[in-house]
Amino acid sequence: MPSYQMTVNGVDQEIEAEPNMPLLWALRDLLGLVGTKFGCGIAQCGACTVHVDDIPMPACSVTVAAVAGRSVRTIEGLADGAQLHPLQKEWIAQDVAQCGYCQSGQLMSAAALLKRNPNPTDDDIDAAMAGSYCRCGTYIRIRSAIHSAASQMTANYVNAAEKKV
Amino acid sequence: MNMKLDRRSFLRVTSIAGGGFILSSVVPVALAEESVAEASVTAAELNAFIKVSSDGKITIYSANAEMGQGIKTTLPMIIAEELGARWEDVEVLQSPVNKERFGLQMAGGSTTVPRTWDQMRQMGASAREMFISAGSLVMELPREELKTQNSTVTHESGRSMTFGQLASLAAKQEVPDVETLEFKSREDYTIIGTSISGVDNLVIVTGAALFGIDTRVPDMLYAAYHKCPAIGGTVVSANIKEIKALPGIVDAFVVEGNDDPTELLDGIAIVGTNTFAVFDAKSKLKVKWDESGASKDSWTALVEQAKAKQGRRGDDEIVDKGDVNTAFANPDNTTIEAFYEYPFVAHLCMEPMNCTAHYKKGEGLFDDDTLEVWVPTQGPGLALSIADSMFGLDKDQVTVHQMRLGGSFGRRVYKEYIAEVIEISKRMEAPVKLTWTREDDIRHDFFRSGGFQSVKGAVDKQGKLVAFENHFFGMQHDGKPVSGSRFGANEFPILNIENAYASKTMFEIDIPCGPWRAPGSNTTAFVVQGFLDELAHAGGRDYLEFLLELMGEPRWFDEGNVRSLNTGRAAGVIRRAAKEAGWGRQMPAGRGLGLAFYLSHAGHIAEVAEVSVDANKKLTVHQVTVAVDVGPIINRSGAISQVQGSVIDGLSTMMAQKITFENGRVQQSNFHDYPVLRMPDAPRVDVHFIESDYSPTGLGEPALPPLAPAVANAIFAASGHRVRKMPLIEEGYTM
Ligand code: FES
Ligand code: FES
Repeated sequence: MPSYQMTVNGVDQEIEAEPNMPLLWALRDLLGLVGTKFGCGIAQCGACTVHVDDIPMPACSVTVAAVAGRSVRTIEGLADGAQLHPLQKEWIAQDVAQCGYCQSGQLMSAAALLKRNPNPTDDDIDAAMAGSYCRCGTYIRIRSAIHSAASQMTANYVNAAEKKV
Repeated sequence: MNMKLDRRSFLRVTSIAGGGFILSSVVPVALAEESVAEASVTAAELNAFIKVSSDGKITIYSANAEMGQGIKTTLPMIIAEELGARWEDVEVLQSPVNKERFGLQMAGGSTTVPRTWDQMRQMGASAREMFISAGSLVMELPREELKTQNSTVTHESGRSMTFGQLASLAAKQEVPDVETLEFKSREDYTIIGTSISGVDNLVIVTGAALFGIDTRVPDMLYAAYHKCPAIGGTVVSANIKEIKALPGIVDAFVVEGNDDPTELLDGIAIVGTNTFAVFDAKSKLKVKWDESGASKDSWTALVEQAKAKQGRRGDDEIVDKGDVNTAFANPDNTTIEAFYEYPFVAHLCMEPMNCTAHYKKGEGLFDDDTLEVWVPTQGPGLALSIADSMFGLDKDQVTVHQMRLGGSFGRRVYKEYIAEVIEISKRMEAPVKLTWTREDDIRHDFFRSGGFQSVKGAVDKQGKLVAFENHFFGMQHDGKPVSGSRFGANEFPILNIENAYASKTMFEIDIPCGPWRAPGSNTTAFVVQGFLDELAHAGGRDYLEFLLELMGEPRWFDEGNVRSLNTGRAAGVIRRAAKEAGWGRQMPAGRGLGLAFYLSHAGHIAEVAEVSVDANKKLTVHQVTVAVDVGPIINRSGAISQVQGSVIDGLSTMMAQKITFENGRVQQSNFHDYPVLRMPDAPRVDVHFIESDYSPTGLGEPALPPLAPAVANAIFAASGHRVRKMPLIEEGYTM
């Protein structure tokens, strides 16, 4: 069986798998990283969203062969060690989840959004998050939590910049 | 490291949209998975639900299934309140499955809160009394002068001892007689009525294993199960040899079922080393089915049959009250008729059906077989019953792990996916995780049944409702109505008026149906509240006024039965929703408000939708204002979530969801042809609670039914077009 090298949450991994195995199942079944969820398998629901070289992608529709040599980040790698990502903190603070199943995908989509657009409008959020279904209907709180996390991150960034000066 | 301190130092209070605050404990990630196993700490059990350790940590067990309805946070809040605990000291764990210890562990039908309200208060209050007894002994103070608060037993003099200090002694105190327990009054609540962040939230946002589908046990194999697309088809032959030769496949075999879709249907099991291998092999299966005994159901045929009978009375009478015919024939009255249609829909839980089982053969001659099951289910007892009925295992031979459910909405009250994996594990003599593909999940659902209602009504010269008639077209299987396919003699507004008639015609089907969020109510609300709005317009009346007039004097329709209509509660929520939404205000062209009320699961709920419709029938739902009376609210954050979720679920379903079937085969298969509402289309939801003094009832379901008629009535107000058919895309609407 072929084997593929990639970095997953900062750790080098060597994955032995059929080349057409979706990254989703390599993460869940081979690496035991079950935070990335299976919802549809056809790039429709966003439950499996991960970052490949910082770009959000549906892990169900990207093969291990296609990510060989690249860097993958999953929900398990969103926090910085013991320090939760501001989005994760807001998700808890605003009690976003209902069943919770879609939320890793939502968080990974939101994290990618804030990385490229630190101060998104409602429309920016809607556009970036439209690929992530939530069957329980937590959209209202997701939107609000993204705004709060964004303002915190911007504030932190400004503070850090001021300290440097 | 001191876990307790860390927990507290991360405690935070956050204000939330819509008002109020949410309390949440944020445990640092690195600590989240460690347990607090410090040797010096001892833990004392006060009762089945409460354990308190000497370091002051309070463990409360949650016994019922958590599927997003928030029960794992709500019930422990009730216990903590009566106990006098400080929420930050509480850790909630999912209890083991044990009916003797924890009572009925089923969750569903919005019944968990009303059913356990007293039980949870008793658990908390009895432990509180035991702490007070212990405190009285140690501090040598009369127990009447002691109370509990903030996880301490305190005296008016200021003396106090913590629960941690008293735990082991408290556990040795006599358990008070339930009859003697007094519960706190509402004014004294410090936990109930506040907003508490879900107890699993940290695990959810960090992606640690939690759901059934996340189960991993040593040496586990992965399985897929393929059934006939038409219910009841049996396997003639399949390319098993080819499948077995595929990469990652360990075995493949035909399973002979018992022809019962709630237990085990014929199919092909494919077992491999990972989920992709078995899904991929499943897609390469070539099966010859014998469909002679399989379902031949056809949605188009049902539509034709119902339409042919519209406007006539049904086969069986449900209720005949007063004299509708005279009212309809009276030339002074205005009489109108309409035909409403709603489709079958799927549950579409975000987490597809799955289960993990390890069937172990007994080793020696006298050694019994054992079974361990990890299952996301609304009732862990279902696993025990299927293990018994199909596999002859006594409950002592079976261990069930209740896993969190990635949604359910009534779907996981069935156990066929449990039976399938037990069968496969038994054959493989290994632990096996069965995962359904999304296609399996949609095609082999227990659907919300579709149907039709042919309605007729009359208003008099003053625009007052004087007669109402309904011909309900429902679905039955083996002569029994399927879940939710009923129209009751007490259905609103039958009890409220003098002349009413209802009858039914039932169609026999094989497609499995089951409970789906607010069964029955989720379709009948659309018909009745839509048609009453039509009647109000026919009588030149404002619907708010018309509805309040129908409610009349405040009274129970069935005194002592909290699930019956209370017209006072109804009028209260109707007025409140109308007021908050600005009912009656001038709207720009193409924009309108629609009002609907519905009672289900004891919840009295009114909703006002504000909707715009443009010339191309593009729909925008700007806001939905909801007024709720389910008695006192326990977890405010969770309650608001349930309402927001119900509104979005209701809109999602009414907009675009429809399951059709021909020749017994379901024609939808995945999200591309069965779409869910996406974030850009989610309306604002404005929630108002009327916290009446009736005991609290569930909120997982009742906020859904009024949504569809509120939106349909708003569409009429905005555009003059009456919607009598769901989903809206079939009426030409888009979002
Ligand atoms: S599972 Fe990948 S998008 Fe749905
Ligand atoms: S929280 Fe259940 S699907 Fe989003």
